[in-house]
Amino acid sequence: MTQRLPTADRTAGRRPAPRTKGRDPEDRGVSGKKIAAYALLLLFAVLYLYPFFIQIAASFKDDPQAASSPLGLPNPVDLTAWKKIFGVGGGASVPITTWLGNSVLVTLVVTAARVFLDSLAGYALSRMHFRGRGFLFATVLAVMAVPGVALLIPKFLIVTQLGIFDTYSAMILPLLVDAAGVFIMKQFFDSIPVSIEEAARIDGAGPFRIFWSVILPMSKPALITLTILSFQGSWNEFSHFLVVTQSPEYRTLVTGLASLTSGELGSGTQFPLKMGAALLTTIPVALLFFAFQRHFVRGAGEGGVKG
Amino acid sequence: MASRKTGIYGRQAVAGWLFTAPMIIILGLFLFIPILMALYVSMTDWNGNGSPFGGSQTSFVGAENFTSLFTEDGLTRQTFMQSIGNTFYYVLFVVPLQTATALMLAIVVNNKFLRGKSFFRTAFYFPAVTSGVAIATVFLFLFSNTGAVNGFLGVLGVDGPQWFSDSRGLLHLALNAVGVGDNPSWAQGQIFGRSLWEWLSGPSVAMCVIIMLAIWTTTGTFMLLFLAALQDLPVEVDEAAELDGVSPWQKIRLVTIPMIKPAVFLVVTLGLIGTWQVFDQIYVMGKGAPANTTMTPAFLSYSQSFRSFDYGSGAAMAFIVFLIIIGLTFMQRRLMDEDRVSRRTRRAIAGRAAAAQRGSNLVGAAPSAGGDPR
Repeated sequence: MTQRLPTADRTAGRRPAPRTKGRDPEDRGVSGKKIAAYALLLLFAVLYLYPFFIQIAASFKDDPQAASSPLGLPNPVDLTAWKKIFGVGGGASVPITTWLGNSVLVTLVVTAARVFLDSLAGYALSRMHFRGRGFLFATVLAVMAVPGVALLIPKFLIVTQLGIFDTYSAMILPLLVDAAGVFIMKQFFDSIPVSIEEAARIDGAGPFRIFWSVILPMSKPALITLTILSFQGSWNEFSHFLVVTQSPEYRTLVTGLASLTSGELGSGTQFPLKMGAALLTTIPVALLFFAFQRHFVRGAGEGGVKG
Repeated sequence: MASRKTGIYGRQAVAGWLFTAPMIIILGLFLFIPILMALYVSMTDWNGNGSPFGGSQTSFVGAENFTSLFTEDGLTRQTFMQSIGNTFYYVLFVVPLQTATALMLAIVVNNKFLRGKSFFRTAFYFPAVTSGVAIATVFLFLFSNTGAVNGFLGVLGVDGPQWFSDSRGLLHLALNAVGVGDNPSWAQGQIFGRSLWEWLSGPSVAMCVIIMLAIWTTTGTFMLLFLAALQDLPVEVDEAAELDGVSPWQKIRLVTIPMIKPAVFLVVTLGLIGTWQVFDQIYVMGKGAPANTTMTPAFLSYSQSFRSFDYGSGAAMAFIVFLIIIGLTFMQRRLMDEDRVSRRTRRAIAGRAAAAQRGSNLVGAAPSAGGDPR
């Protein structure tokens, strides 16, 4: 939400590049410290990444091999788990492609709706003068404090009362707007000078026109942030889908994986299959994360150089 | 502000309500009304049959579901108290360890001479962005009887435990090791339906896996938070400390930590809030088993409702969790409001805190502080 804003104070903190250079000889003197720091970081990098390596490797093993040699590379490579996942060669025992379809559907709808509706509400809360605005914003702040785990029974109750239990509506509608997203957008719009809209207003543009053609195009950084958060949030969502649906046909990758893992779908440990399904669940968010990580680093870098 | 003219004001009012209408409808319909409904259900004995609102099979019981959790001897109170005890030990291990690890990683990553900063930052943060269910699945495999952890321990000549079926408490094991027998006479007094000895179990071996999982997934987020605070420190302080010839450890202890105290407070309160929200991992890793030693209040409120069909009692538990988390959140917001927190850190934190409170997985607005320290 703020990666464009902090440039001023950030450069202040980062400016002493020449100083750093000046201290280099001193640093070279304490190379033991350097080695210790790298060793520590490498150790933690292994701790944080090795489980993902084990996960990938295990998905290419057969059950006995996953149990007998869990640590290393698959030898020989076995594609049974992946064939099962994509239903290749003799019927899928697990309808992972259905889950994938549901995940994609829900995530796309929720992300698109959140980006639009959160921005819309955030813009009104930031710019428009109307009675009750302060109250609305205070409510948004209060809603952000409400913990998701306390909402399971409430969500189940409303969904059954509305008669939409076990439908896509129940999965999607409650997620269409999120208070945190509204807050993020409002904070961002607060940082855009009002004078920018004045010109458009004098030209006779209406509020929606100004929002759509003037403000939104300027808000790319915040919109990207919101897109990432919404995508990741709805893709990884678990407890909400757990309480508002029941039928297997509404399972997403995450709820399907949970049912697979907690042993509701058949026998045996099937670790390669579970690791493959878990990997499939992880990949989209991972891609998004790595793609935008670079984007953000670049954006912040440009800001830094300029200062 | 410049445009406070009545005509525009009137038009803006209409537009303002139109723009916020979707938000008001969605949050009202799927948040406020349901919470009120659940509050009502928490005062009934609804068992899932018929309608909880005026149905013939449901009666109003007042505050009984709440009071019985504390006063009525029985399985429900015992399990609820055990879940509180479990959470206590969980907090005791997770919060200090995740805070210390995150701070340590942030200080090292913040070193000026370091190359490959962004690689390390990404590596440590990655577990925090992935699905909690997927990661719990991976941990089930890692800690399975023939899994990677026991395989690794085997290489070191250690016989690993059966992690997920081992309900023995760590503190019990430690006490046994120093010669204290099971259930000694001094620990038989009852507190809320559990003996002192039961309260003193410590986290079970199975809970330890969940503790490790929690630390592993959250340190990345908190490290980014600490990094934002560290980059905010004026260089002069660093310089002065170095001129005074203090050792690196002294510098961290006497200069760095006191100066980022607000960030430390925030990480601790966010950690406290997070520990009460643990749900996904518990669902995947045994649903409270073995012997309820991984049961948490949040998960118990779910299983009490959706598995034992005692919705009233489950809703009451959910409200207790709700109140605890709200209390902690307001504590955290008061800390954020204090001026000692620099503006930048606060902004970075706001997005992160917002995201953290939404989900089980401390997500963080990747960009807000993730946006690179170099």
